[in-house]
Amino acid sequence: MPAVITARGLRKTYGDFTAVDGIDLDVEAGESFGLLGPNGAGKSTTMRMIGGTLDRDGGELTVLGLDPGAQGPQVRAHLGVVPQQDNLDEELRVRENIVMYGRYFGLSRAYLVDKSAELLAFAQLEAKARDKVSALSGGMKRRLTIARGLVNEPRILLLDEPTTGLDPQARHILWDRLFRLKEAGTTLVVTTHFMDEAEQLCDRLIVVDHGRIMAQGSPSSLIREHSTREVLELRFGSARNASVVAQLDGVGERNEVLPDRILVYAHDGEAALEEVTSRGLHPVTSLVRRASLEDVFLRLTGRSLVD
Amino acid sequence: MSAPGQERAAGRGEHRGPGDATAAASHGIPRPAWLSSLASGNVGAVLERGFAVVRNQNWMVLASGFFEPVFYLLAMGIGMGALVGTVTGPGGQPVEYAAYIAPALLATSAMNGAIYDSTWNVFFKLRFAKLYQAMLQTSLGPLDVALGEILMALFRGFLYALGFLGVIAALGLVTSWWSLLMVPAAVLIALGFAALGMGVTSYLTSFQQMDLINFALLPMFLFSATLYPIAVYPEWIQWAIMAMPLWHGVELMRQLSVGHVDALTGVHALYFVGMTLVGLVLTTLRLRALFLR
Repeated sequence: MPAVITARGLRKTYGDFTAVDGIDLDVEAGESFGLLGPNGAGKSTTMRMIGGTLDRDGGELTVLGLDPGAQGPQVRAHLGVVPQQDNLDEELRVRENIVMYGRYFGLSRAYLVDKSAELLAFAQLEAKARDKVSALSGGMKRRLTIARGLVNEPRILLLDEPTTGLDPQARHILWDRLFRLKEAGTTLVVTTHFMDEAEQLCDRLIVVDHGRIMAQGSPSSLIREHSTREVLELRFGSARNASVVAQLDGVGERNEVLPDRILVYAHDGEAALEEVTSRGLHPVTSLVRRASLEDVFLRLTGRSLVD
Repeated sequence: MSAPGQERAAGRGEHRGPGDATAAASHGIPRPAWLSSLASGNVGAVLERGFAVVRNQNWMVLASGFFEPVFYLLAMGIGMGALVGTVTGPGGQPVEYAAYIAPALLATSAMNGAIYDSTWNVFFKLRFAKLYQAMLQTSLGPLDVALGEILMALFRGFLYALGFLGVIAALGLVTSWWSLLMVPAAVLIALGFAALGMGVTSYLTSFQQMDLINFALLPMFLFSATLYPIAVYPEWIQWAIMAMPLWHGVELMRQLSVGHVDALTGVHALYFVGMTLVGLVLTTLRLRALFLR
């Protein structure tokens, strides 16, 4: 598969602050590529440079073979952009938002009549076509923003924190829509600080912190590489967690003490839990789960994704 | 249900679809590289959006700003005019007081309409609605957005001026065929104020700063030879007033209203051409700095 986005040593600085500090990445056509990291890691800055709305300060960047810094309008003609905060046109109705956005790309009205109907169906907003944007729920606004971003049939859709602020049901509807897009061959580039979202949506991802790549690979390979198969979560009460951990030596492969719980990394979580109780320790609650990208991030940076 | 991309081929058909977007936008005229990063040539889409919003809008909101100069005309022109009688107009000819201030108020009307749209409306779209951010993530360039929004602001100024011209014609205050040129003159004045208004607004970030615009406009309206000649002031104040745009608009309109056209008429018109260019360049560079840097 050819790379549709290539970055080498991509940098962006704001005064003394380096937001993006030498990022290399290759996004292949048709894949779903994720940038996972905490707030302020440089994900959105990277997205904006790819989207041709922010100039880079160093490094190489090509999107669909073009330089977004020099050929912004041409690059943007083939991109769909879903920014972190919805910037729908509240002075226009729902359907008008899609049509007018298409007009900005120079698309004909005749084409947009059919296209807007198709996209409203895709976004499950047919019944709202003539409503005001302000009457839509958060999830509906997000879906409309995505539908709007698809009006020019982009080869790449850039999604910046697509489900932040949505309730669980709205998130699942959105993920379903995005999955259909991916099946239809659209390349997705997604930033997120939710590990479940990254696991659901991304074929491949980079873990970003302080503007640098900490690790990259598929979600499962990252977990295999940086974590055990299972994780045992123990809660002894916030006052006791730190003192109990000394007695957990040798249980599992390693452990991590968080303010509210202890994480024990083990291939067999149940066996580890038995070992804990056989040592006469009785946690208030215990939970055995599969390792996730959250554990990968914790391992790589010593911090949680969502603080 | 299918995802949009699956109907890619069917969706194109004979209509102008996304594949031709770049070609359609460039209109076949070869443009230099610096211009193609600033503009796609698709100003029409920005105007279309503006008119779509006007259609959705309450027309009373649009009309409200029109009445201010009308009230001034009635109060000052008819009311005060009864005390004043005739004054010396352009070229030394005597004119009725109402006919003296009417063209000045027409210029003010054009200014008001253009300023309203290019300052408060632009401020809202810039800082809160994030309209320009959304526009500039498409293939539109900052020059397209600047030009389109300036032309939309001009449109309101043009409407106000047209309405006001109707009012003064109905009151019998129009005396020369030259006064037909007051319509394009109103467009030019509105264009200048719209361009500079949007350029200045792009630097403002708070409501307090926005209030400064009104603070600057009121004295300019009162002192720019609108209601009486500036000859009453010391010379240095006269020069300061003559540097201001509204004075040029007032003088331009007043000359056309009685058909007294000379070289100065051209100077006044050129002032607004210059003002428009400065405003357009300023706005374009600012939009680029704000959203594409």
